[in-house]
Amino acid sequence: MFYIYCPYCAEYREEEEFHPKGQAHIARPLDPMATSDDAWGDYLFFRDNPRGVHHELWVHAVGCRKFFNVTRDTRTYAILETYRIGEQPSVTADSVSTGSAASTATLTGVQA
Amino acid sequence: MSELQQRRVAAGAGLGLEIDRDRPLAFTFNGKAYQGYAGDTLASALLANGVDVVNRSFKYSRPRGVVAAGAEEPNAIVQLGASEATQTPNVRATQQALYEGLTARSTNGWPDAQRDMMSLIGKVGGPFMPVGFYYKTFKAPASMWLTYEKMIRKAAGLGRAPSEGDPDIYDHVHRHCDVLVIGSGPTGLFAALTAAKSGARVILCDEQERFGGSARDSDETLDGVPAPHWVAQIVERLAAMDNVTLLVRTTANGYFDHNFVTLHERRTEHLGDSAAMTGGRRQARSRLHRVRARHVVLATGAHERPLVYAGNDVPGNLLAGAVSSWIRRQAVRPGERLVLSTTNDTAYRAALDWQAAGGEVVAIADARANPEGAMVERARAAGMRIIAGSAVIEATTDRKGHRVNGARVAAVDIAGHRIDGSIETLVCDTVASSGGYSPVVHLAAHTGVRPVWRDDILGFVPGQTVAPVKGFHPVGAAAGVYSLGMAFDAIAEHLPAALAADGIALAPSAPPQLETLAQGEAVGLYHVPHDKPTMRAPKQFVDLQNDVTAAAIELATIEGFESIEHVKRYTAMGFGTDQGKLGNINGMAIAARCLGQTIPETGTTVFRPNYTPVNFGAIVGRHCGELFDPERYTAMHQWHVEQGAAFEDVGQWKRPWYYPRQKASGERETMHEAVARECRAVREQVGVLDASTLGKIDIQGPDAREFLGRIYTNGWEKLAVGKARYGLMCKDDGMVMDDGVTTCLADNHFLMTTTTGGAAAILEWLEIWHQTEWPELEVYFTSVTDHWATMTLTGPEARNLLSELTDIDLDREAFKFMEWREGTVAGVPARIYRISFTGELSFEINVQANYAMPVWEALFAHGDQYGLTPYGTETMHVLRAEKGFIIVGQDTDGSMTPEDLGMQWCVGYNKPYPWIGKRALTRSDTRREDRKQLVGLKPLDAEVVLEEGAQIVLDPKQAIPMRMVGHVTSSYYSPTLDHGFALAVVKGGHKRLGERVYLPMADGVTHVAEVVSSIFFDPKGQRQNL
Repeated sequence: MFYIYCPYCAEYREEEEFHPKGQAHIARPLDPMATSDDAWGDYLFFRDNPRGVHHELWVHAVGCRKFFNVTRDTRTYAILETYRIGEQPSVTADSVSTGSAASTATLTGVQA
Repeated sequence: MSELQQRRVAAGAGLGLEIDRDRPLAFTFNGKAYQGYAGDTLASALLANGVDVVNRSFKYSRPRGVVAAGAEEPNAIVQLGASEATQTPNVRATQQALYEGLTARSTNGWPDAQRDMMSLIGKVGGPFMPVGFYYKTFKAPASMWLTYEKMIRKAAGLGRAPSEGDPDIYDHVHRHCDVLVIGSGPTGLFAALTAAKSGARVILCDEQERFGGSARDSDETLDGVPAPHWVAQIVERLAAMDNVTLLVRTTANGYFDHNFVTLHERRTEHLGDSAAMTGGRRQARSRLHRVRARHVVLATGAHERPLVYAGNDVPGNLLAGAVSSWIRRQAVRPGERLVLSTTNDTAYRAALDWQAAGGEVVAIADARANPEGAMVERARAAGMRIIAGSAVIEATTDRKGHRVNGARVAAVDIAGHRIDGSIETLVCDTVASSGGYSPVVHLAAHTGVRPVWRDDILGFVPGQTVAPVKGFHPVGAAAGVYSLGMAFDAIAEHLPAALAADGIALAPSAPPQLETLAQGEAVGLYHVPHDKPTMRAPKQFVDLQNDVTAAAIELATIEGFESIEHVKRYTAMGFGTDQGKLGNINGMAIAARCLGQTIPETGTTVFRPNYTPVNFGAIVGRHCGELFDPERYTAMHQWHVEQGAAFEDVGQWKRPWYYPRQKASGERETMHEAVARECRAVREQVGVLDASTLGKIDIQGPDAREFLGRIYTNGWEKLAVGKARYGLMCKDDGMVMDDGVTTCLADNHFLMTTTTGGAAAILEWLEIWHQTEWPELEVYFTSVTDHWATMTLTGPEARNLLSELTDIDLDREAFKFMEWREGTVAGVPARIYRISFTGELSFEINVQANYAMPVWEALFAHGDQYGLTPYGTETMHVLRAEKGFIIVGQDTDGSMTPEDLGMQWCVGYNKPYPWIGKRALTRSDTRREDRKQLVGLKPLDAEVVLEEGAQIVLDPKQAIPMRMVGHVTSSYYSPTLDHGFALAVVKGGHKRLGERVYLPMADGVTHVAEVVSSIFFDPKGQRQNL
């Protein structure tokens, strides 16, 4: 159960208010009739399935009905940012360093 | 009740802190009457009464007794309920508070757990039921599995569901908080108080009957008062704060994404079979709290690990900590003579408490060569015999296996996994064991985080994924910090900083003062070696609930299972409701030893929600009965009900299906008779359909027309104000997704209709294209489905009837087919659309829904002389199919192009904008000539109504499996044509007109049909133009 910040409502809402709509930033070819069958097939059917940072399209279905983008880590399900249609993500696979995981053990009083 | 509570010890200091001896409670177990006290659990009350055998084991049917005092109990799983309706399976007797009249049964065992017939398998067949027994024995022949399964199911199972409706109600509560503290032991209480004092919104929950966790039966002092008193003080302070919610008897069962935690609060389970009535209303039996927390403090503590030795499942084998709990909480000493087998200091408390409660401590077998520490010294001072470097290798039993009667103790060489020297047999009736402690990491694991092993504490602690779970804080024993002082210090030091990052400022909080005992180091012993090899030794149980033995795990590794996840699935270790609470670490340790690995190399399996079973009522909450799913009614619904209509569910809508009438004979019409009558009425006179459920989307804006041209396959640029047009909608893969009539109300104002079921999805479809691809178009969409009621008046007499009620000129030249007019009907403002889904002269009357019923009634007030007949969806289907009009989703399935449907007339090949679906129609696959195409089928036998979904073949004599070339999509009997007919999709069907096809049915009959045009009636469409 995600807790999602709608960039239009500017509020966190429960996942039940939203629908996921697949990978974000899938642009329809501007001249479909001049697009090859292969390229058209890619546009229609082929999507990324990354382990890590993924940009997704969501809609605030029972809220403001606006579509927006979510950058999510598919490993942790952490939502790294949400942003409006037409905007570009500020968090990308390239911008996220995967090498240094911070410690959660602060409250245990036992630091490695 | 000859020996009333014979194992209840007399009152004394530190004995029975939680029971009220002045409040005896009667209860029954397996039909026998017993007595306990208020403050007992069902388990402690059974132990007090000397009930050793509480269940039979899952696979071997061995007698089993209570082992633990909490959620980790694997054996004492009972069926609760005095009546059929209140039957509750899967209740741990250790978690069930005793109440007057409680009625419980063992879940396994026939005729009962004491005298169990299935135990013949356990005793005789036991050696022949190795791991994978069911897989290996019942795998062939496959056809017999259904028979085997019934037998196995009968032999297995942990309780049964009630066969009557649940009298109770259940609630869901949605909550938000700054800090959710799970577990109310000393660390949980201190964390909650630290956060709450600064005003943060805090929820503190605990699964037990009261707050305090380990402090409930601790003999330590905190801040100078006995631990149970300290608990009471802190709880009192928390209860007085407005920003704190205290939830006792509340289990955190699942920890989901983004700090979403489900809490199951049992509000009345400790009071009775079902919730009490107050003021004529029943209280909610339990609540499911759906908590969104900014921070989660995991203070779930640790479970003691039993040692794995031979005969360790016989009643009388107990967890050391549980012994202390029963003695100190409920004054129950579950035996006379105790042998303790331990690897650590903490377990010594069991022996000290046992002696304090008047029992005899025969010996303490300590696996450490040189036991030392404050607790060890106390035991020595009390004169107890400590056998260093040794362990109980086997608990011996009486003939029936109902109770331990001795312990075989030997020196153990842990590294060599063998015993050293001679074996001493001690006479005893109780063996308590402790192999150390396992932090309760289940909830942490729900987040997808694999636990990590720590050699210094010999246990798994919550780990972390590639990135830490935000706001997750394991503390105390759950984090592997067993020193209370260190746990307090860590919370005092780090919790304020962790919360400050979220803008929650905490004032510094001084950790509680406590006396620190010198502790000796524990040793890692899991599976105690026996004088015989594991495979030949008496059974050494790892997972008591699933009957998994050490030998089974050894065998699994010998048979090639190397991954711990595979070992788990092969042996069933940690399955089901147990979720590996007691046995998992021991099982992993055994697998690791057999595989020559360390425990961290072997790893752990994943724990999944729910932590303990949750009853279905709590999960469902109020979402049952009429609140299960909303029902949508049209404005004329009550009229349909009064007319005796049969209803059909279309999505959430209730639509009239047909209107059966009483025949002259007094009988009600069958559906077939009613539909035939309704069809004839429409074709010969006039009928009316409540079509209000059609999706209606109001589209406005200067670019509305351009938008329609892009989203529909056909052209819209020339549609004049006052006109309507049928539109077909595709996905961009070229497949038809919806259809409907759209009307031009003004140059920048259109009303789109969609299929009833597609209304919401189509609105979202319009929005996604507008918002993500064409934001430059100025156009707005509003759902008006519920605003308008729609009455379809159709049939040769439609004009005559309607002319009596409207001021609109209905002349065929003044108001042409596919036009709309505005005016009044029965005095109510109305839009009338002259469109037809029946092929007959039709007027769709649209009025504001609130005014619809009087209009509908006015139609019938004037309708008699025209033979006005209400008709339902079934008649609508027959009439539209006779005309070859498709229903998207019935005659299409997401793989049909407009061309497959023969609807090229509805495709704007030359429209300038590359509309949605256009490109796909030129793909090689959509151009194939052998695609399935929509045709009509006319059965040669006029009486036959083909089955919808029936498969079509060209040659009925071919061998099975036959080559299927299509299937029936719609099929009805036509009273107008007086024969059955169908719509179907057939490969290359458009070129097969006149050919015969065959439909072999499951009963052996093969129907023959002729491929015909999909338009069966009035092919030139003259009747709608009257």
